[in-house]
Amino acid sequence: MISEQQLVKDYVLVVDYGVGNHLSVVNTLRFLGYRFRVSNRREDIEKAPSYILPGVGAFGEAVNNLKKLDLIGPLSEQVLGRKKPVLGICLGMQLFAQDSQEKGFHKGLGWIKGHIRALVPEDGIRVPHVGWNNIDVLKKDPLFTQVKDYPACYFDHSYYFDCREDAVAATCRYGEEIAAVVQKDNIVGVQFHPEKGQNNGLRLFRGYFNSINLKVTGYA
Amino acid sequence: MLNKRLIAALIVKEGIVVQSIGFCRYLPVGRPEIAVEWLNNWGIDEIVLLDISATPQKRDPDYAMIERVSRKCFAPLTVGGGIHRVEHIRALLRHGADKIVVNTAAIKGPQLIQEASDVFGNQCVVVSLDVRYKAGRYEVCGNSGQDPTGKDPVSMAREAQRLGAGEIFLNSIDRDGFKEGYDLKLIRAVVEAVTIPVIACGGVGGPRHFLQGFVEGKATAVAAGNYFHFIQHSPIVAKAYLKKNGIDMRIDTYSQYDGFDFDEMGRICKRDDEYLNNLRFQYQPKEVI
Repeated sequence: MISEQQLVKDYVLVVDYGVGNHLSVVNTLRFLGYRFRVSNRREDIEKAPSYILPGVGAFGEAVNNLKKLDLIGPLSEQVLGRKKPVLGICLGMQLFAQDSQEKGFHKGLGWIKGHIRALVPEDGIRVPHVGWNNIDVLKKDPLFTQVKDYPACYFDHSYYFDCREDAVAATCRYGEEIAAVVQKDNIVGVQFHPEKGQNNGLRLFRGYFNSINLKVTGYA
Repeated sequence: MLNKRLIAALIVKEGIVVQSIGFCRYLPVGRPEIAVEWLNNWGIDEIVLLDISATPQKRDPDYAMIERVSRKCFAPLTVGGGIHRVEHIRALLRHGADKIVVNTAAIKGPQLIQEASDVFGNQCVVVSLDVRYKAGRYEVCGNSGQDPTGKDPVSMAREAQRLGAGEIFLNSIDRDGFKEGYDLKLIRAVVEAVTIPVIACGGVGGPRHFLQGFVEGKATAVAAGNYFHFIQHSPIVAKAYLKKNGIDMRIDTYSQYDGFDFDEMGRICKRDDEYLNNLRFQYQPKEVI
């Protein structure tokens, strides 16, 4: 007997690690017609073909939750060892960094070299950075194949990913230049919220899932 | 460049969206999921959904409603009403909210702001201040504007920022529903006191008032409740008006209203007959993402 899970390979796993608006991500996946699972169990993570790490929260809490659920090991093994595609959103993307200064000092997953630093308020620059900011796309593949130039995306954060230039795929300007998208091989992270980006966000997801060959299985 | 935000504040009373006048009279509009679906299709930048009957009825937030609403909402959804503990916030985020608003609970026990921002980050916590002008001074009121606290909005906004609030949602009880424009003096005072974004609300009668909020009030974002209901393409028209007046706005919707003229209230004027005649021969394809 082949179980359903062995049969179905076309899905994406939304990792539920306690902080995050994963229902918003699920709504988008449902709208676009992709099959998905939401889980935080080790065995589900080992089986899944690709991952989304959503996130609304504080860095320390997120890392503690990942530790408590014992997910850091299996996730790193699948993503770094077996090169499975992963998309991190907002806090999910910041977790890729080596460490963060958000409310103390916390170690991250360390998948992409770099650090999470605080945005500093100055004249005309209010922190957190909230709102629709136009981004400069440096690498069109895989996220920006379906969108027009200079798209507006929804940002909501008070810390940013300070990383090497070759890992940055898109930037936005808020006082200084900050990384809007980081990517390295199979790892893609977005600082903004494509699941809350209206049509542009949907186009972005479509571009990404086309690039990892996830098939549309039926519209809700 | 960061665009300015236009926010719809949906006031929900006993499960239906209402227009609110002075925090005491209410006109029914309809089901929240339908209001959200339209506003989302019309390119609203953010939706703030305030359940004003949760705290008076001493019940938890209506999670089922939020889940229904979030299915139709591809814009950021901020939810308020009935939040008294961190568990409420966690549950709301699980049911489709992206940010939360606290009002009465933040006034009664400010440590909630701190606890919430430690777990969910500052950017997730919006503090709402309902302000009444009385005897020559401004005063923050809790419990849907019914309990005066005697506190000054400027010092309370500063305190909220210190505790870890990410945004201030500033509403004027006296202006609410009167279509006379924002209380610009109040907005300016709060904006200058804090370094976090300030959302102005209360009193919008037309797109002109949004412009005043940005230019004279220096607000980071503008919000309205009643204005958005019963007007075709209300967010797009307001954005087109603001854009024409030099404010950076995001207009991603199919209809954009560029090339339109506006009257002194900010309403659109009729295009000339030739333009309207030619419209019949234009092909308007529907985009499939």
